[in-house]
Amino acid sequence: MRSAPLAFALPTLTIAGLALAPAHAVQARELTVTVEIPRLDVAEYHRPYVAIWLERPDQSTAANLAVWYDVAKRNKEGEQWLKDLRQWWRRGGRELQMPVDGVSGATRAPGRQTLTVGGDALARLPAGQYNLVVEAAREGGGREVVRVPVQWPAAGAVATGSAQGSSELGAVGVEVKP
Amino acid sequence: MRLARPVPKLALAALLAVPLLAVPIAADAHRPWLEPSSTVLSGTDAWVSFDAGVSTDPFIRDHAPMQLGGLVVTAPDGSHPAVENQARGRFRSVFDVHLNQPGTWRITVMNEGFFGSWRQNGEQRRFRGTREAFEREVPANAEGLRATAMIGRIETFATLGRPTTENLQPTGRGLELVPVTHPNDLTAGAESRFRLVLDGAPAAGVDVTVIPGGTRYRERPNEIRARTAADGSFAVTLPEPGLYWLGASVRDDKSGIPNVMRNASYNATLEVLP
Repeated sequence: MRSAPLAFALPTLTIAGLALAPAHAVQARELTVTVEIPRLDVAEYHRPYVAIWLERPDQSTAANLAVWYDVAKRNKEGEQWLKDLRQWWRRGGRELQMPVDGVSGATRAPGRQTLTVGGDALARLPAGQYNLVVEAAREGGGREVVRVPVQWPAAGAVATGSAQGSSELGAVGVEVKP
Repeated sequence: MRLARPVPKLALAALLAVPLLAVPIAADAHRPWLEPSSTVLSGTDAWVSFDAGVSTDPFIRDHAPMQLGGLVVTAPDGSHPAVENQARGRFRSVFDVHLNQPGTWRITVMNEGFFGSWRQNGEQRRFRGTREAFEREVPANAEGLRATAMIGRIETFATLGRPTTENLQPTGRGLELVPVTHPNDLTAGAESRFRLVLDGAPAAGVDVTVIPGGTRYRERPNEIRARTAADGSFAVTLPEPGLYWLGASVRDDKSGIPNVMRNASYNATLEVLP
């Protein structure tokens, strides 16, 4: 995992991309999302539930990338709060049988979290313009949705985008390798 | 959790289960709330219906009904009329109060009890119950005793006609709210003042949290925080009309039993009208 902020990651990657130009054909297509989960000073902190998905321009869901929730609770009790990811739930979450391989995962700690989705997983995603959507909902806390426009697949060079959350999410970055 | 010495697996399970079983309210953001159908009424006689529940988000019926064993209604003249139509649902209890005399009615649910765990003859033991039973059943010098006395007061107020204050005086037990601004005469955007007292004396430096109702329909909890001054007083500005949940708690060693801590909590529902 790269630890440099995205703004600095771009030039470094471009140079790496040039250096590896001959090997380009075998380099896997990849979509990497970085999500900053803010450290909050509250009396009782619970890690947020987070859903990450790609939506089409008409806001329908094109692909679910991740749902971080209390997967380990007994009797699937963690699923009872999935509906608090309000937009994700309405736009496809409720159609899923949880857990979903490669999508479900445990909640993540505050800090910079990274999700990498290989080109294989997105092989059936038609080329086009999408929004990467990140939604967070926290027990006893708030809810926030952040969107970042994404072109899939990247046209030529590594493409990046970012947006800033203000309460339940910090910086959200997307990087698409061609 | 670090254990001083190995304990049998079953005993460990029992020990870990204690916090879950023994803390009905106060811990783990499960907030107790009373939701009155009205708080300001006119006429010679009126009814108020109450929902009572425990949940993460105040007034959201999605967790547990409140136990009403400690429910006390105090009429303006200090009498304690019985409630009517009491019932318990899956997510909330309900009851009605018939306001048949003018003035301010105080609706209180008291929650008191002792809980604790200790080791005896190599076995993990635990207790939950009244003070009398605790003193009888838990050895005074029990090995590894961890015990807490809880005293929680959950309140709201309703006024028929003109607000009165005779029955809003503190009882001197646990954490209580003493109104400076009358709880049925709150104005949106104006500063409302109260005092917290612990066993009747000013409760200084206590954190107070106020949460507007309706969290489901907005993105942020919008909690309002205040801290009591040396005289126990604090002020909050309730920004707009609606129901507000207020909570505060104090942990001290005044349980009346050596080595037993005390948790005193206070919760109120306040309504701000347009």
